[in-house]
Amino acid sequence: MAASTKLTSAAGILLMKRFVPFLFGLFVMLSPVLAQPVSPDGLVRTVTDDVLTIVRQDKDIQGGNTRKAIELVDTKVLPYFNFQRMTALAVGRDWSKASPEQKKRLADEFKTLLVRTYSNALTSYKNQTVTYKPTKMQAGDTDVLVKTEIVQPGSKPVQLDYALEKQGDSWKVYDVIVAGVSLVTNYRDTFNQEVRNNGIDGLIQMLVNRNKQLETGKK
Amino acid sequence: MKPQFSTRLSCLACAVFLVGGCATANNPKDPFEGFNRAMFAVNEGLDMAVVKPLAKGYDTVAPLPVKVVVGNFFGNLWDVWTALNNLLQGKPEQAASDVGRVLINSTVGIGGAFDVAGEIGLSKHSEEFGQTLAKWGVGDGPYFYWPLIGPRTTRDTFGWMVDTYFDPVWRVDDMALRNSLVAVRYIDVRASLLPSDKVVEEAAFDKYNYVRDAYLQHRRNEVFDGDPPRLRPEE
Repeated sequence: MAASTKLTSAAGILLMKRFVPFLFGLFVMLSPVLAQPVSPDGLVRTVTDDVLTIVRQDKDIQGGNTRKAIELVDTKVLPYFNFQRMTALAVGRDWSKASPEQKKRLADEFKTLLVRTYSNALTSYKNQTVTYKPTKMQAGDTDVLVKTEIVQPGSKPVQLDYALEKQGDSWKVYDVIVAGVSLVTNYRDTFNQEVRNNGIDGLIQMLVNRNKQLETGKK
Repeated sequence: MKPQFSTRLSCLACAVFLVGGCATANNPKDPFEGFNRAMFAVNEGLDMAVVKPLAKGYDTVAPLPVKVVVGNFFGNLWDVWTALNNLLQGKPEQAASDVGRVLINSTVGIGGAFDVAGEIGLSKHSEEFGQTLAKWGVGDGPYFYWPLIGPRTTRDTFGWMVDTYFDPVWRVDDMALRNSLVAVRYIDVRASLLPSDKVVEEAAFDKYNYVRDAYLQHRRNEVFDGDPPRLRPEE
């Protein structure tokens, strides 16, 4: 009796020893497959709904508390944005002239600025609702435009589109387009001019100064 | 009093004109940048002193339902012109939908006060003569910034003149009524832009540039009815 228990438990341990790595391996193999079903429009919808649910309940954000809106964007929205790509888009051709170190600084500063812009837009939330338009997408596409509309009583709906690109298994937003205006490429002429006049470092400095100024302007 | 103000204004304009004239690099989209920056400064001044305070007052005093009614009322008048432009652009379905909107909203919607048609799925279109010209192949032409009217390409400046000529509000015979209507509509539109003021103010390094580039992108989007061919980002 005791011997047989010992035997089974030994077999059990042996089995477990082989089975656990097997299970683990299976899980690792399967996890990308499991993560796959998040489509770009599904992602936009989930994040938008998440953010709006919070904004609808948060009187501080509705009252114009930018800091709180920034916190919200930082935690809920940022993980789904590709700021390196966004910055490259805003800078245009000059991006290739920047060193890896400069690229990192540019992306960090541009991120701060864009997050503030986006957060400011959130604080002007009134009674808007968001509708989602059908996404044109074919199997194998790695670059997709997800179209939404901000509907508000008494005025025309405002178009709000997100450009997403597939990186490995996940989709990341690289452009936000409001009423046809890209919040990213709208900077290109200004940035090009600054690089022409003061180089990449001049552009970094311009962004740093602006962010500092906005930061101190806000108590 | 009045001449003094305008003298001051034109001095300011001249000063900005001179500064703008020397400081700016040549932008092919904006060959009259010096003039435009001067007009931009004039408009910013007017906005700060007169238009924005009025819009803010209106925004505070008028409850949301009132603003909705005001927006719907003028929107309904404009929909007639929208329909005609859709027709001129060879989009008869949209034109028919616009006519339906006007019929429904003018009757069931009590003289345009309520957008009943929108509720039942006849969505509002955004059209004017500038877009019609674009559909007919007229290019943008140089960019301009006008006082009171704001940014317009050359084509859209001409489009705006045609719009204004056919605008039912400008055709009201009673001058006092007409002026009041024009003023209310202007303030209502300005008030609807108040929330974006802070966004632009903080996002822009050079507000003039930011407004210009945004306007040009926005117009392209309008001409293609919200679905412009995507430019490959890294040119």
